[in-house]
Amino acid sequence: MHADPKGVLTGLHFIDGDHAACEGAIAAGCRFAAGYPITPSTEVVERFAARIPLVGGVFIQMEDEIASSIAILGAAWAGHKVMTVTSGPGLSLMMEHIGYAAMTETPCVFVDVQRGGPSTGLPTLPAQADMMQVRWGSHGDYNVIALSPNSPQECFDLMIKAFNLAELYRTPVFFMMDEVVGHMTERVAIPRPEDIEVVPRRWTSRKPGDYRAYEPGEDLVPEMVKAGDGFRVHITGLTHDERGYPAMNPQAQDKLVRRLVDKIRKNAHKLVDVRGENLEDADVVVISYGITSRIAAAAVEEARAAGRKVGHLRLVIVWPFPEPLVAELASRVKAFVVPELNLGQMVREVERVVAGKAQVVSVPHAGGTVHQVEDILAKILEVAK
Amino acid sequence: MRTEIRVGGLGGQGVILCGMIIGKAASIFDGKHATLIQAFGPEARGSAASAQVTVADEPIGYPYVRRPDVLVVMSPDAYTTFVPTLKEGGSLLYESDLVVPDKRLPTGAKVLGVPATRLAEELGRRLVMNIVMVGFFTATTKLISYEAARKAVLDSVPRGTEELNLKAFEAGFAYGQRLVSGEDSRVA
Repeated sequence: MHADPKGVLTGLHFIDGDHAACEGAIAAGCRFAAGYPITPSTEVVERFAARIPLVGGVFIQMEDEIASSIAILGAAWAGHKVMTVTSGPGLSLMMEHIGYAAMTETPCVFVDVQRGGPSTGLPTLPAQADMMQVRWGSHGDYNVIALSPNSPQECFDLMIKAFNLAELYRTPVFFMMDEVVGHMTERVAIPRPEDIEVVPRRWTSRKPGDYRAYEPGEDLVPEMVKAGDGFRVHITGLTHDERGYPAMNPQAQDKLVRRLVDKIRKNAHKLVDVRGENLEDADVVVISYGITSRIAAAAVEEARAAGRKVGHLRLVIVWPFPEPLVAELASRVKAFVVPELNLGQMVREVERVVAGKAQVVSVPHAGGTVHQVEDILAKILEVAK
Repeated sequence: MRTEIRVGGLGGQGVILCGMIIGKAASIFDGKHATLIQAFGPEARGSAASAQVTVADEPIGYPYVRRPDVLVVMSPDAYTTFVPTLKEGGSLLYESDLVVPDKRLPTGAKVLGVPATRLAEELGRRLVMNIVMVGFFTATTKLISYEAARKAVLDSVPRGTEELNLKAFEAGFAYGQRLVSGEDSRVA
């Protein structure tokens, strides 16, 4: 299915990542957003609020992030593609409803323009320190998808992918920007609507009476209906059976929760999106994501110019973590270097998957700015000796 | 090639828009790569404001400006804050009624002044001094083409103000051209 032409500003733009993310959402078909302003994410919804009435959608500024995150879930069950937009402190408040979205299998996108934390932290300065929070933040077992753009152009392109994945897997999808990517202005090329592929909701073809809200298809994802279409639907955060009704027993729990995890885990091979450079001959591989990947790329280039066999693996989809790919690299490289704007989060995933087969070196940074190219280069040269 | 530009001044002078137009001219209309970063903080009218623009032939990795090749200053405070970062042999473009370049300039710096506020006032509105500066920047640095800069101005200013802003652009451009043709430039 192609994008609705009404929402697509085809052409070249010089806009920041926040604005580009908003345009990506609209192009993807998002017609409802709720949010509460928070730096450095506010511009996403500011633009959405101005643009969406012209496209035929709704923005509501809610009283807080808790309300925003539940409002979008309601709108999703009314048939809309939805998102909310926030930064760390707001994301913390949304955790309850992230779990509810996972449990009720509500397609939705959470945009997190990361800033320095914990707590109020550094409102106007970058970090990448919410990476584990989006994976594990709400209680209970579930699985998520998270993408990490490194430019305004990718804020547009990957936002469409984020919405498409939310529809395909009926799970919360996290759009992990950071302050630099959000506030940096670059050229953004918006394609023609017929060149933008959007995934529609997986509406059921069954008739009311035949339909069971949580009966999974072959890929473990159930079909959906919307309020007002005449289907009898029960949606609850309680453990439920395939009809959607509460089922308080270990068998129902195992069946449901295992499926919530497995629908991502067993489809993980379809959810690999990485950019690899010079991996073929590499002794050392730098693994990075988001804004840090741009600094890492510059460091890798300098290291190669200095004669070191260094490759670069950039994670575009960060969750699920590309385990088989990293495991394969671990069998043939000497070391991994993992720079990130936190004191060591995704490096734990690298360590877990590498499992001692190669050296893993963290290049931590507490946030507030980006790494210097020299910091990453120094670590590369140290392990590439 | 990578060129780093810092534009500094006071909130309300149009510092960010000045940087925005330079970046837009380079990336949209000249087909190069450009990254604009605005200083975010408790900025308000009258306090310090600055924009960082990187222009390059290749995609830009590191996004911040560390040692600008070109420093554009519209206030004494911006001069004081940023002149220590100007690269040796770099260019200082300054509002010559507001800023007085001094010994703090790096060696070999090119120094190019323009009374942007006064030129804007002569056109009837002081508000367009930033666009005068864009014209002056275009003529003196040649980092962006005249055509691209002109289009970027038209593409960036509010509807109904195009004529005034184009006049401001032309005034700054003409002043800059006179300067670089050798009448009045000096090297620190």
